Amino acid sequence: MYLDHAATTPMRPEAAEAMAPYLAERFGNPSGLHGVSQAAKNALEGAREAAAELLGGTRPLEIVFTGGGSESDNLAVKGAALANGARRGVVTAAVEHEAVLASAEFVSAMGCPVSVVGVSPDGVVDPDEVAAAVDGDTAVVSVMAANNETGVIQPVRKIVEQVKAVSPDVPVHTDAVQMFVTEDVSIDQLGVDMITLSGHKFGGPQGVGLLWVRDGVKLEPAIHGGGQELGRRSGTHNVAGIVGMAAAMEAAARTRQSVRDVVRDVRDDFEARLTAAHPDAVVTASGEERLVQHSHFRIPGVLAETLLVLLDQAGLAAAAGSACHSGAIEVSHVLAAMGMDQRDAQECVRFSFGWTTAPGDGRKAADLVGAAVGSLR
Amino acid sequence: MKALVAMSGGVDSSVAAALMQQQGHDVIGVTLKQWEGPDGQMPTAGCCTVADATDARRVAAQLGIPYYVLDYTEEFRSSVVDRFGADYLAGRTPNPCVECNRRVRFKALLDRATDLDCEVLVTGHHARVVFEDGSFRLKKGLDAGKDQSYVLHMLGQDELAKVQLPVGELTKAEVRAIASDLGLRTANKPDSQDICFVDGDYRDFLTTYFPETAQPGPIVNTDGEVVGRHDGTSGFTIGQRKGLGVAVGEPRFVVELKPASATVVIGDRGSLGSTLCRVDEVSWVDREPADSFRADVKVRYRSEGAAARVDRAGEGWLASFDQPVEAVAPGQAAVFYRKDEVLGGGTISTAA
Repeated sequence: MYLDHAATTPMRPEAAEAMAPYLAERFGNPSGLHGVSQAAKNALEGAREAAAELLGGTRPLEIVFTGGGSESDNLAVKGAALANGARRGVVTAAVEHEAVLASAEFVSAMGCPVSVVGVSPDGVVDPDEVAAAVDGDTAVVSVMAANNETGVIQPVRKIVEQVKAVSPDVPVHTDAVQMFVTEDVSIDQLGVDMITLSGHKFGGPQGVGLLWVRDGVKLEPAIHGGGQELGRRSGTHNVAGIVGMAAAMEAAARTRQSVRDVVRDVRDDFEARLTAAHPDAVVTASGEERLVQHSHFRIPGVLAETLLVLLDQAGLAAAAGSACHSGAIEVSHVLAAMGMDQRDAQECVRFSFGWTTAPGDGRKAADLVGAAVGSLR
Repeated sequence: MKALVAMSGGVDSSVAAALMQQQGHDVIGVTLKQWEGPDGQMPTAGCCTVADATDARRVAAQLGIPYYVLDYTEEFRSSVVDRFGADYLAGRTPNPCVECNRRVRFKALLDRATDLDCEVLVTGHHARVVFEDGSFRLKKGLDAGKDQSYVLHMLGQDELAKVQLPVGELTKAEVRAIASDLGLRTANKPDSQDICFVDGDYRDFLTTYFPETAQPGPIVNTDGEVVGRHDGTSGFTIGQRKGLGVAVGEPRFVVELKPASATVVIGDRGSLGSTLCRVDEVSWVDREPADSFRADVKVRYRSEGAAARVDRAGEGWLASFDQPVEAVAPGQAAVFYRKDEVLGGGTISTAA
C-alpha cells in the first residue's frame, strides 16, 4: 500500500497519455520559427492557458513554468528579495518548506533583512505576528498553504488581509504544493500574489512545476539565460513535462471532490482505529484544520525509522517527513518549530493518502501498524 | 532466517550480503549514517560518505535485497566522537572503531536487528564466530593480513549468538574474486584505512571539533629538559618518530604524553619499550579466566601479539610481557589471544 502521496503520487494516466507525443514525434523546441517548433509552442501555450484557468481564470502569462516546487519557491523568495538589484526583506514562517527557508537564508547572507515567525504548538502561523514583522523594506511574505509534514492548513487568507492592511504593496507568496489535490487552490480563494505548485504532487511528472505571479510583481530571474518565460526562467522548456502537468492538474481538479471524500473517510477511519488500538498514540494537530489526506502521528516508544522499515517490509510505503539524499530520516525543523522534543520527533510518522487510495485502506493501514507495533512491544 | 547486513559500501560487506543471500536467508541491507557535515548531510569525502552509501545501495539493488540508511549520528557522536576528543584531551590514543563496535554496531544496531525481526546481524569483518564445546568463540579471520578480531574483542556470548561474519572464512583475494564473479561494483574498491568520520588529518579534525586539544606546551626529554615546543599534545602518539620538530642527532620517539601540563616526552628507542601494561574495562568473550593466565597480548590493531602473563589487579588486569613491547599507548585496546582465539580485552590505561 502506498501512503506517501505527499512525497509524490502515482502519475495520472491522463498525464502519461498527454505527454507521449512530446516524448516522441512532437519533439520540437518551442522557441523557434519552423513548424516543428510551433507545434511544441502551441502545446506549451495550451498548457499555460489550462493552468491559468484552473487557478481561477488568471492571465496565462502570469504562469511561469519551472523545474518544480522548490524552484518556484526559490523564484518567489529570492526573486522578490533581489529584484531590481535591491536587497529587500523576506517575512516567512519557521515551518515552511526548506526551499523557502533556505532561499530566505541565502538572501539574508546577501544582506536582505529576513524575519522568520514562529508557530503555535500545533504548527499554526499567527497572522498578527506575520503582519507585525512586515515593514516598508519587505519585498515578500511567504507562508505555505498547508504544511507538507503535518498537513496543517495555514490561515493564508487572513495573513494576506492583515499584511495588506499594513503594507498594501507587499506581495504574499504561498506554497500550495500539498493543498492542490484536495482543496480549492485559486487566486480568489487564497488572495495571494504568488502560488507555487508542483506537477508530481497531483499526478504529473517529476521535475516540473509552476509559479503563478500576479502581474506587476517584480522578480529577479531564477535562471538567467535565453529569456524564456518572459525572462523569469530561462532554459528550453520541458514541453512533455509541462503538458503532462497541465493534464494532471485538470484531472486532479476534476476529481478533487471525490478524491477528497474518499481520503477523508479513509484517513479518519485510520486515525480512529490507530488511537483505539494504541491509546497512547498522538495524532499531530488533530484539533486544527488539516489537509484531509495527511495523517501525522506518534506512537510513544516506537522509533519512526524502525516502524517505517517494518512497514516497508510488510508492503506499506510511508515516510517520516523529510529525508536527506542518502535516504536517512532528518530531524524535522517543522516539529522543532512546534516545540516538540527531538526524541518525540523521532517517533513521528506521516501517512499521506491520495488519488489511488481506496475505501478500506484505513483499516488495512491500521492493521499493518498494529502488527508492526505488536512485534516491537 | 532473516539477516540484517551492515553494508558500508565496501567489498567485504557487499560479499557478506551476497553470501548470506546465497545461503538462502532473507537479507536486509543497511548503511549507518554515523556522521554528518555542517550541512546535515552525509560527508562527501573520507569514508562512510554519500558515495559509499550509494555503492551499498546499488549492490543491494543488484542483489535484489531491501536497503535502508539508518540514522545513528546521535549515538555515534555521543559514544564515539565525544570519547575520541576526550581521549586525546587526556593524552590517550583512542581507537574509535572499537568504541563504535562496542556501542553502535554491536549494541544499537544489534538491538535494531531484533526490532526488525532479524535473527542475526552480519558484518563484513574479517574474523570468525565459531560454536565449540558449548560456547561461541571469536577467532581471527583466515586471512592473517586482514584479521579484524582485535576491534571485535568486546563481543560476548549474547552478541556472538546473534552475529555472523561470513567473510572471516575467506581471504581478501577470495572475497574480491566472489565480488568480481557476481559483477559487484565494489569488487576492486580499495580498502578504507582512515578514521571514518575524519576527512583528512585527524589533527585538523581535533582542532575544529575539540579546540581545547590545541594546547601548546613543551617537548621534554626523559631527563625533564625542555628540548622544544609543540602546538598541542593531540598531534602526538606514543611511538611517533616523525614530525617532532626536534633535532637531537639520533632518532627520538614520543614516549609519554602529559596532557595536564601539555607536555610531550621524547626518548630514545630503549625508553619506548614497556614490560608492563595495565588493562581496564575488560570484557571476556566467554567465561572469565583464572586470576593468572598466559596469553598473546595485542596492543595495536597492526601489531603481532606479544607473549605475556596476565594477572588480575583489582578491577583491571596487568599484562607482564616476556620481552619489552614498543609503543604501548594508553587508550588503545589490549586484546588477549590464545593462538587464533580472542579471550577478551580491554583498554590500556597505563604502560611502564
